[in-house]
Amino acid sequence: MSVLVNKNTRVVTQGITGKTGAFHTRACREYGTQMVAGVTPGKGGQDFEGIPLYDTVHEAKKQAGANVSIIYVPPPFAADAIMEAVDADLDLVICITEGIPVLDMLKVATYMQGRRTRLIGPNCPGIITPGEAKIGIMPGFIHKPGRIGVVSRSGTLTYEAVFQLSHLGMGQSTCIGIGGDPLNGTNFIDCLKMFNEDPDTDAVVMIGEIGGDAEVQAANWVRDNKMKKPIVSFIAGATAPPGRRMGHAGAIIGGADDTAEAKFTALQAAGIHTVRSPHELGSKMKDVLGK
Amino acid sequence: MNLHEYQAKQVLKAYGLPVLNGYLCYTPGEAEAAADNLGGGICVVKAQVHAGGRGKAGGVKLAKNSAEAREHAEKILGMKLVTPQTGAEGKIVRKVYVEAGCNIAKEYYLSILVDRAGRCVSIIASTEGGMEIEEVAHNTPDKILTVRIDPKVGLQGFQAAKLAIDLAIPVEARKNFVEVVKGLYKAFMGSDLAMLEINPLVLTKDNTFVLLDAKVALEDNAAFRQKAIHEMMDYDEMDPRDLRAQKYGLNYVGLDGNIGCLVNGAGLAMATMDIIKEFGGEPANFLDVGGGATKENVTEAFRILLSDSKVKGILINIFGGIMKCDVIATGVIEAAKEVGLKVPLVVRLQGTNVDIGRKLLADSGLAITPADTMDDAAQKIVALAK
Repeated sequence: MSVLVNKNTRVVTQGITGKTGAFHTRACREYGTQMVAGVTPGKGGQDFEGIPLYDTVHEAKKQAGANVSIIYVPPPFAADAIMEAVDADLDLVICITEGIPVLDMLKVATYMQGRRTRLIGPNCPGIITPGEAKIGIMPGFIHKPGRIGVVSRSGTLTYEAVFQLSHLGMGQSTCIGIGGDPLNGTNFIDCLKMFNEDPDTDAVVMIGEIGGDAEVQAANWVRDNKMKKPIVSFIAGATAPPGRRMGHAGAIIGGADDTAEAKFTALQAAGIHTVRSPHELGSKMKDVLGK
Repeated sequence: MNLHEYQAKQVLKAYGLPVLNGYLCYTPGEAEAAADNLGGGICVVKAQVHAGGRGKAGGVKLAKNSAEAREHAEKILGMKLVTPQTGAEGKIVRKVYVEAGCNIAKEYYLSILVDRAGRCVSIIASTEGGMEIEEVAHNTPDKILTVRIDPKVGLQGFQAAKLAIDLAIPVEARKNFVEVVKGLYKAFMGSDLAMLEINPLVLTKDNTFVLLDAKVALEDNAAFRQKAIHEMMDYDEMDPRDLRAQKYGLNYVGLDGNIGCLVNGAGLAMATMDIIKEFGGEPANFLDVGGGATKENVTEAFRILLSDSKVKGILINIFGGIMKCDVIATGVIEAAKEVGLKVPLVVRLQGTNVDIGRKLLADSGLAITPADTMDDAAQKIVALAK
């Protein structure tokens, strides 16, 4: 078991004929993910290395039975691509694209209100349920099937944590990259809720960053006794100066409340196990689980 | 990216917003002529640098006449302005904006930003204009008003009207205030701004408003559709290291320490800085070569680090996923051979093809200290850079 994606997930790639989309569609298919369709307007009826192409997401859903979309469309057109997938009423949309203007994402967030489609990202590495489905740009081989849920705003920092977990014999149920942008579709609380209810997840690794209040909100939710599984957490950016954007559009300190220190404090107050170095994420989890 | 005050005012003027007449000047002579053109009476000489707190640092001076404008410009041009936002190094003033004076009745604060928590655009306003807004928020939080704007319908008239009442703006000036608020919102949305701050927004004695100072931050992600304003970038204001990195598509932020970092991924790059500090070192930079960086990116990144004279040691921390460790190793070796490795280098590789990568580094004949984990790497470079 797992959350959000599994071996039955049928994926459509939006932006499949671009360099990045093509590269990662191949890698996901090699991993064993059911890559059933691609969307590139004007190329409907053709195929990409055996994967049928459609002009619209609606067609991909109707003809190929796609229920999840992954988006590699360039920033100027990415918001439109997300809304198209939402309009097609897919279960899940994963947007990898980095650099979407925040006002476009505001439009997307508003458009999605009252609709059932879930958005992951943008500016994220995607989702993987090890051994079942890889829908994203993460290196598949570092993951092992198991019972630890992982949720993170960062890509390579997540790989770092996963690598340690796998190395120490703790596989993962599902790893979710929620992305480094200020406005994203799915936040920490959404993921913690899913892991909390998943019978095959025993504990969660949560990796946050400076900027925004998503980690503090998550800590408050955990503190209010709704989370029954242990969490091990790290926040990146303790040494970042205020006002400077640290790579991710969302990683910028705007006030006293969104610093790493403020977040560590809130996490600890909620009974979450924190580590000051990402190197300790794996070993801390091992301690917590008494393995 | 930030705009200068005079540029911000150009942008806002195009939206019909009330700004005073003014001239950008590079010399004291130009400042005197500008003051003459403004009528020869009271005017203000303002340093144009990307930093708040200019007034307190002596970068903004009131002149009674053109001769005085010239004197002020003589002092301000070329001065090193040190404000809480410039860091200890300060910023050299290369140009001043000479602006007409106005009759101030009261000063307000008004800003517009994307409210992450509210998932909307919000207006922040206060009666405490002309002050540091962070101080106001800290000491008297009830004096900060927030108006959340529903993205479905945008700013509504009643919201601006209510804000006028909440700020106790005189009845005679309310209509003008509503127009200013609407115009600022239009500018924010129309130009894809990340932040727009008017401090102070001045109410004049004849019940009109003036944007006396204006701070504008552009949304970097919207540069593709806001070309004209993004071309206003002032290269003089940028750290040359930042500029060079930008040219090669690298995410770079120059800092004050002496340990150069080269990392793939923003989160991992921040975490690497944190660990260096945890072990008693100071990072010289944040540098994210990206999740899918090429050999060329890595080579250029390495050159930027080596060209920084403050750097006394370099830590490379790469988790090879899509980007394979052997590719990184090759880039590092080429760059080190080409530029010459004058400082200690610690390399920590993990992930795809890690064994090939490590072997390449070990066989390169370069003085590279390998490390297994992030902690190990940080401890080693902190010791070597001392």
